[in-house]
Amino acid sequence: MPSVAAEQTPATPLNNQFPKTDIDRSMPNEIHNDSFSVAGREFTSRLLVGTGKYKDMQETRDAIDTSGAEIVTIAVRRTNIGQNKDEPNILEVLPPSEFTYLPNTAGCFDAQTAVRTCRLARELLDGHNLVKLEVLGDEKTLFPDVVQTLQAAEELINDGFDVMVYTNDDPIMAKRLEEMGCVAVMPLAAPIGSGLGIRNRLNIRTIVENAKVPILVDAGVGTASDAAVAMELGCDGVLMNTAIAAAQNPVLMASAMKKAIQAGREAYLAGRMPAKRFASASSPVDGLFF
Amino acid sequence: MQIYLNGEEKQIPANLDMAGLIGLLELTGQRIAVEVNEELVPRSSFEGHPIKANDRVEIIHAVGGG
Repeated sequence: MPSVAAEQTPATPLNNQFPKTDIDRSMPNEIHNDSFSVAGREFTSRLLVGTGKYKDMQETRDAIDTSGAEIVTIAVRRTNIGQNKDEPNILEVLPPSEFTYLPNTAGCFDAQTAVRTCRLARELLDGHNLVKLEVLGDEKTLFPDVVQTLQAAEELINDGFDVMVYTNDDPIMAKRLEEMGCVAVMPLAAPIGSGLGIRNRLNIRTIVENAKVPILVDAGVGTASDAAVAMELGCDGVLMNTAIAAAQNPVLMASAMKKAIQAGREAYLAGRMPAKRFASASSPVDGLFF
Repeated sequence: MQIYLNGEEKQIPANLDMAGLIGLLELTGQRIAVEVNEELVPRSSFEGHPIKANDRVEIIHAVGGG
């Protein structure tokens, strides 16, 4: 939607002298309605956040409010029977009336436990069928086990789940997961919780170019510029947890991430200038008086 | 009767159904999900779902995670 100001300003003769180019100038000068859709659900925010590692529930809520995120990941774990009865539950702090839950399979190292976890989550959330599938390969790297991931994805899709899948920054595997029917593919930027940023920009770019489903960078973002780079590469969104929760000031970092996602997205839509090896003067060369 | 509840041995009265066990644990009405021997037991089936000796019962809830 073009901005109101642009619509109301009549074209001046000067404006008409501008040569036509093949650049899409219908793009609004500011992005007001750039929604993101996954599995038939529409979202405004392209920042998805985890809910782990915060100091307490208040900090969790404050940071997530500030981030503007609409989709939040949660984990399912054994109840502490007989303990902490009065401790607020994450589902009360982040109620379903305000957030879309993305239950994850974190901690699963084989397809079968991942499938069991998703079924428990669906039961827990009254039939909510959107899940984040991650099947991990080893404790040290937390890299995905792609063989187990493929098995779990197939079983979950056949059981009616909408699967957003965490995977390597491998264009072949990303395409395979899309073709199986995953509703979004989420390549890592770097190992989970590492904060190393995007280790292989070219692969992320290739994954984006090949895809017909949303591509979200999931894991490895360390700071705002990493999130902006992901969006500039054309990703549909970024999912992060530690980058916000482990910042010295998580709420301020949540604010930075929100802006970085928006800035990166707008830069991607605007179409960046081609990079050149040498200089190109910004002031006119004609009319120099010396 | 012995069962394994969230990985730990637990003695419970015989002839308890799942609704009874949930009540015993003071979890009635809490947002939880249950599986027995790695199979999901829907909330709608708690009433009348028999618990057998040595059943492995897992009761889970949502926590913060990434």
